[in-house]
Amino acid sequence: MSIEVRNLVKKFGSFKALDGVDLKVNDGELLALLGPSGSGKTTLLRIIAGLDWPDSGEVSFNGEDALAQGARERHVGFVFQHYALFRHMTVFENVAFGLRVQPRAIRKDEVTIRARVKELLDLVQLDWLADRYPSQLSGGQRQRIALARALAIEPRILLLDEPFGALDAKVRKELRKWLRSLHHEINVTSIFVTHDQEEALEVANRVVVMDKGKIEQIGSPDDVYESPATAFVHSFIGESIELPVLIADGVVRLGDRPLRLAADGLAPGASRLFVRRHDMLVGPPGSGAFEGAVQHVRNFGPVQRAEVALSGGQTIEIDAPRGRELRAGDTISLEPRRYRIFADA
Amino acid sequence: MSAIAARRRTLPGFGLTMGLTLSWLSIIILIPLAGLFLKSLELSPEQFWNILSSRRTLNALRVSFGLAFAAACVNLVMGSIIVWALVRYRFPGRRLFDAIVDVPFALPTAVAGVALTALFAEKGWLGAPLAAAGIKVAFTPVGIFVAMIFIGIPFVVRTVQPVLQDLDPEIEEAAGSLGASRWQTIIRVILPSLGPALLTGLALAFARAVGEYGSVIFIAGNLPNVSEIAPLLIVIRLSEFRYADATAIAVVMLVVSFVIIFAVNRLQRWAQSRIPVR
Repeated sequence: MSIEVRNLVKKFGSFKALDGVDLKVNDGELLALLGPSGSGKTTLLRIIAGLDWPDSGEVSFNGEDALAQGARERHVGFVFQHYALFRHMTVFENVAFGLRVQPRAIRKDEVTIRARVKELLDLVQLDWLADRYPSQLSGGQRQRIALARALAIEPRILLLDEPFGALDAKVRKELRKWLRSLHHEINVTSIFVTHDQEEALEVANRVVVMDKGKIEQIGSPDDVYESPATAFVHSFIGESIELPVLIADGVVRLGDRPLRLAADGLAPGASRLFVRRHDMLVGPPGSGAFEGAVQHVRNFGPVQRAEVALSGGQTIEIDAPRGRELRAGDTISLEPRRYRIFADA
Repeated sequence: MSAIAARRRTLPGFGLTMGLTLSWLSIIILIPLAGLFLKSLELSPEQFWNILSSRRTLNALRVSFGLAFAAACVNLVMGSIIVWALVRYRFPGRRLFDAIVDVPFALPTAVAGVALTALFAEKGWLGAPLAAAGIKVAFTPVGIFVAMIFIGIPFVVRTVQPVLQDLDPEIEEAAGSLGASRWQTIIRVILPSLGPALLTGLALAFARAVGEYGSVIFIAGNLPNVSEIAPLLIVIRLSEFRYADATAIAVVMLVVSFVIIFAVNRLQRWAQSRIPVR
């Protein structure tokens, strides 16, 4: 099932949760909506699910208007951040719920329902918990049950709202891998919302980066990391060094110092320079674009993280490979291997 | 080791609070009730049986318990609807309505009785149209029923309200996205989650209605065998200096009430056990 969203606008009072969003999701894709809280990602997901309604815009599934249908008719599986399991029902009954509430005409008989629930519990590898109540499960188990429950109705689309947000780091990592392989197995068009970039980059086929109700970039995990389209994406994804610069007469200036960086094709005016921490190469004084003095050094496994005071007064953090050890007090030169400059909005 | 562990509890103050609890409950509840039982022992078993099996006593008990149960059931249904509206929707005057629910708690029962009587009397604002339709409320069992509904409603609302507030609206959305209709969501998801609280509300409203005296006697008409409640019969026997008779009726009310409340309590515990707390 493909999904198409056109010019979606949603306001809560004076707050614009979605400000003209266009998005196309291909059949069988696993898409991540990534952004800080308040960026509108959950609102977008809830509108696709039919749990919220836009002020204007269109949502269609396979070309047919989805906004004409309620959540009940859309056949969309929704997984909530806090599981939203029915706590008065056993795990088995939770998963069976979607099958039991079907209209009588198409409702399956008890034997078929039992077989189907068993199959789903096997799929999420929790068949041994069938008779427990949700309160007796761990967070990770609850979320897998919530997923099995959503899959019971054979949804056309699977939507997950911060599915691992309430879990601890180790369980998150396990479930990420598990979700990816599960998606590979069932291959249903899926969208998940996250504010965790690592999660988005590791799990999704494509990542949609959102900020302030707008889509900043849509691309593969490599695209959004390697070639960020906007200053926001660059600072939000990955560790970046960010410096205010001025472009004038084809020269990039940091404060009053001209930098030996190409300014081709850049609009003159106040801008920001972005460099990944590990893309700053350390050299002897006078050899690079920046000069600075090492303040602190700390070792993290294969890298040494150094705090460097630039001659212009700014302090930045760089990640340099081990081997050539840096020491506090060293005067060094820094040369960005790769960098991006975005004009200030 | 174990001796030390036994002497030192993690929560301090067990001895003090437990002692106070027991003495206080004894002074306030147990000793007066024991006195009641002792007084009723002055009667021989035949006398006791004769008082209870008299037509007037049986009718009074039937009126009290029957109407109290009916009123509690009405309060359960209407109270749930009121709670739903107060918790789930935002509308102008919501806080005011929320406060109004507590009025039957605070109002002196006699005032409530007089007000209800005036309202439902044959020439009252509501009584007149009802009388025209052939329904007499004041000075009939229906009047008792109305008064019992009035004093019981806050008990249902106030017990269910916090539980519904804690109920995550996401579970309703989950039910909806799984294909459940509004009605299926209410029957299969919301009501079972509220079950224990609804039972508690029912029990409290019932207990209050059984014991209600002040508001009922004004509107009841107090016709023996028809609209005479058991608490009134007790007062009448006391005014006739037939203390043993009064205590016999009181003992029966006490035992029946206790059995019912205890049963509801067990039922509520059972319902609660099916929803383990997280």
